[in-house]
Amino acid sequence: MYWEPHLETMPRAHLHALQRQRLQATLRRAMTSAYYQRMYREAGVAVDRIQGLEDLHQLPFTTKQHLREGYPFEFLTIRKDDVIRLHSSSGTTGQATVVCHNAHDLASWANLIARCMYMTGARPADVFQNMTGYGMFTGGLGFHCGAERLGMLTVPAGAGNSKRQIKFMQDFGTTIIHAIPSYALHLLSVFEETGVDPKPDIQLKIAYLGAEPYSEHTRKRVEEGLGVKVFNSYGLSEMSGPGVAFECPEQNGMHIWEDAYLVEVLNPTTLEPMPDGEEGELVLTTLDREAMPLIRYRTRDLTSIVPGACPCGRTHKRIARIKGRSDDMFIIKGVNVFPMQVETLLMSVPEVGRNYQIILENEGPMDAMTVRVEVQHEFFRGDVKSLKALQQRITAALKGELLFTPKVALVEPDSLPKSEGKAVRVVDHRRKE
Amino acid sequence: MIAYHISVFAENRPGRLDHITGVLAQANINIRAIKISDLGEHGVVKMLVDDPDTAYHVLKQAGVLVSQKEIIAVGVEDRPGGLHAVLKVLTRQRINVEDAYGFVLHDRAVLVIEVANVAEATSLLQGAGLHLLSKEEIYALG
Repeated sequence: MYWEPHLETMPRAHLHALQRQRLQATLRRAMTSAYYQRMYREAGVAVDRIQGLEDLHQLPFTTKQHLREGYPFEFLTIRKDDVIRLHSSSGTTGQATVVCHNAHDLASWANLIARCMYMTGARPADVFQNMTGYGMFTGGLGFHCGAERLGMLTVPAGAGNSKRQIKFMQDFGTTIIHAIPSYALHLLSVFEETGVDPKPDIQLKIAYLGAEPYSEHTRKRVEEGLGVKVFNSYGLSEMSGPGVAFECPEQNGMHIWEDAYLVEVLNPTTLEPMPDGEEGELVLTTLDREAMPLIRYRTRDLTSIVPGACPCGRTHKRIARIKGRSDDMFIIKGVNVFPMQVETLLMSVPEVGRNYQIILENEGPMDAMTVRVEVQHEFFRGDVKSLKALQQRITAALKGELLFTPKVALVEPDSLPKSEGKAVRVVDHRRKE
Repeated sequence: MIAYHISVFAENRPGRLDHITGVLAQANINIRAIKISDLGEHGVVKMLVDDPDTAYHVLKQAGVLVSQKEIIAVGVEDRPGGLHAVLKVLTRQRINVEDAYGFVLHDRAVLVIEVANVAEATSLLQGAGLHLLSKEEIYALG
């Protein structure tokens, strides 16, 4: 029932003692990184005065911007030679951020994901088919290594090629899958096309969905269509990736692993702590990461702590479904996209004006993104060929950065809302709860 | 000698074409022929008008994406094989017709073509004995 009974059901007083001890170690370690050394010196923070959790508020926050400034290796507390993997996430201004891991970090991360999966009923006899993209996306390798750590037969199928995915499921006896929600829905329609009925023909029992917001309605459709139980997953690349928080069989919030992450939920404006049950921005401190500890990292994700104890017996707090972002980032096809990132790319194409608009909508079961771009007077040559070429060039530029292919619609000049004032850059028509 | 038609970018939604024709009507511009290329969400509208300079100017003023393009207007015999006689000449010299449209006015067929090298195509067509409409003839059609 528990992967690590001692840690998962640890009485809260003991958990706090463990957190206190790990926080102090983490802070000492952070002070050996060039970035934190400078940041804390400039902020006048004396780390040795931080005794416990009650002193946490004295520490400055770490933000995505800091990670950009410290790119790529200024946050390292170990020699670069001892780093064995890094993951990078796309940035808002073309500047990416990285998270580096040593052997301890990767083992600890894989263990957390194994803990999540074991919690949902995954066992070494299961066959796990990982249907997300690999590469820099932490969801791919993260789940992969967690599944291997648990001891499952792990199939690194990657994203796409749905008919082959279904064949794999039949041939290998897949029991558990991991996918982004829009892909899971797509898979349902492919099952229909191929005439394979997942319920008798395939032995699936669990699906992990994450990396993209999705509704309870979507969860139900996937559960009914595939004959599985769907579990929510929460993670972010700065906190290594998936494995930060996960649903237990009670499915009332996601347990956030407090032996590995120190959890704060703060009012995003006043930065005061919010009481349990009330929504605020999730702020996390790593407690078990060596190469690159992050202190009070502002995730920008809005959530609340689910009050009370969980009947499953785990003592770690639960966070509610993520309500949104405290900034304007959106997630589509598992990719984090900032409007600014799109703007930067568009501005690298001389024919494109500053005015653009991002439309997000459901296209069948998938999410689709359309970038509407105004064509500039001086570049309109009056022929179809150059318009098509322009459209293709913009699409290629966006695809190169976003890693999926958005639709590009060319529109007349001055037909989009102006960038001055409150321009509506992102219009999200996707179905909500 | 060189004649022009105007080419306009328009989004494919109700009212866009109406906006363009409205601006032209206001400026007392007469549209002789029109061709619309549909590219899905947007399109390109090409118009042969009696006063392309003014048309270009008023549309630009109205914020419409517009450009002028050189054309050749060839008089074509209004009978089977008439169009073929023109295209044959161009094909023989490997000249690519980038865009074309035709119309018939008072028993007179006219083919409007866009090519990369107007001067070359003009002399070829004239050399083949075809009648090319002068700028004045084109704009005064009707």
